[in-house]
Amino acid sequence: MSESKSRDFSGEGIYREFITDQYQHPLNHGKMSHPDISHREKNLSCGDDVSFQLKMGKNGKVEDVRFTGHLCVISTASASLLSEEIKGKSPAQIEKMSREDVLGLLGIELGPTRLKCAMLPLDTIQNAFRINRKYGKGGK
Amino acid sequence: MTRPLNVSRIRKDFPILSRKVGKKPLVYLDNAATTQKPLSVLHAMDAYYRSSNANVHRGIHRLAEEATLAYEHAHTNVGDFIRASSMEEVVFTRGTTDSLNMLARMLAPSVRKGDTILVTQMEHHSNLIPWQQLAKAKKAHLRFIPVGVRSGLLDLSTLDRLITPRTKVVALPHVSNVLGTINPLSEIVSRAHAVGAVVVLDAAQSVPHLPVDVKKSKVDFAAFSGHMMYCPTGVGVLYGRSSSLSELEPVVFGGEMVREVSYRDASWNDLPWKFEAGTPPIAEGIGLSAAVDYLRKLGMDSIRAHEKSILSYAYKRLSSMRGVSLYGPSSVANRSGVLAFNVKGIHPHDVAAWLNEDGVAVRAGHHCAMPLSHLLQIPSSSRLSVGVYNTKGEMDILADSLVRAQHVFGGSIHE
Repeated sequence: MSESKSRDFSGEGIYREFITDQYQHPLNHGKMSHPDISHREKNLSCGDDVSFQLKMGKNGKVEDVRFTGHLCVISTASASLLSEEIKGKSPAQIEKMSREDVLGLLGIELGPTRLKCAMLPLDTIQNAFRINRKYGKGGK
Repeated sequence: MTRPLNVSRIRKDFPILSRKVGKKPLVYLDNAATTQKPLSVLHAMDAYYRSSNANVHRGIHRLAEEATLAYEHAHTNVGDFIRASSMEEVVFTRGTTDSLNMLARMLAPSVRKGDTILVTQMEHHSNLIPWQQLAKAKKAHLRFIPVGVRSGLLDLSTLDRLITPRTKVVALPHVSNVLGTINPLSEIVSRAHAVGAVVVLDAAQSVPHLPVDVKKSKVDFAAFSGHMMYCPTGVGVLYGRSSSLSELEPVVFGGEMVREVSYRDASWNDLPWKFEAGTPPIAEGIGLSAAVDYLRKLGMDSIRAHEKSILSYAYKRLSSMRGVSLYGPSSVANRSGVLAFNVKGIHPHDVAAWLNEDGVAVRAGHHCAMPLSHLLQIPSSSRLSVGVYNTKGEMDILADSLVRAQHVFGGSIHE
């Protein structure tokens, strides 16, 4: 089976300690009192549901981030790592972030189904800026 | 006393069961999504392609004759298996979904504005959307037999209110693909018939697991898929009582289904061929017939007894674990095949992905029954589903793996 060579079934696989740690102790998890931007998205096929709250600095960059939701291990780890990564970034910089950036943060390989879990947080943050155009260049 | 299944011998009939997932042996518990295929089925299809491949009902040559005989025999054999009266009552389709969609379109002329189509709250999307769309198009009412969230059983006390002279179609699953509930048919069927409604049975999850007798149950129509009963994908069945089927007009037109065609008009072939337009799934139909032979050899009573004991063992093990919720009836007497569950603090996708790393294949998601998921107030669940080749040892592998998952994921913010 060529598939089993490219996928890591040995030891901890996608649930290596780094990922499960992020799940158990996610960064920036919770709610903030007066966010500038609040946005929620769902992945209907699996029931993942995430809300991001963002505080924007005077320089137009992300100052603080919080997230909550009903999420799987992969989407929680992704939300946790991304929430830290986007601090100090402008909406335009965030708009340029891609799948490779997310996978780079997670450091694991994912099949097509789990890729959706990993991408939900970035999609949510990017859509938050697309909807709240006054904070960014509108994403176009 | 039914003859117990010789599971270690059965497992040798399924070559895929000896493969590994990574370093772990495959534990296949996703049989409600599709079953694995035994050698006898693969051989039957292979033999057809190697020695008799031809289109059916068209040629005079020897190959066409052999293919036609084998394909027609498949109808008779599958009909016998569900106790249909004759081959005329057995239409081969692409699968359950295809059967139900076709039937909804064929029954459309009998549904008028203000009429009622009755389904249940536990439908698979394939037995919901065709009726939902028909009701919309006809401005008819779509009503639902409620499901007890705790019990997983249909609330039959509502039938008095729900079945009226305006009820034209009553459609229900024989076995729920999420809850595993085996629905009682006799009361629903007799009430429906008393007001002149036809009863449509989604038998996709029952035909592979229980003895099904369409004559005794008196349903008008039944639909099921080959691939859930150890046969390849691409073939399924629409059963219809011949008196009911002969009243319907075809909705798919083309070759094979006609008797005589002019530029202005056409007349239809005999049952069941008038509902099988175009070149049918010949090899798959022959495979389905071989699958029926395989099931018959094992004995449906023996299969039911085996799967019931596996399911009951799994139910016992999982229900004794802290933080595990099970859905559907608590008694295996009225459940079959599937067991849906959630582990507190672990998303079903993670449950399935974790189990996969131990070689265990289960389904995670809403199982093509989104409204039922909403009713149960769970975004999704994991589901194990058993077949003839599963063992109690495999249930232990699953349960032990879940215990380890609870250790690794435990104590998180998600509990």
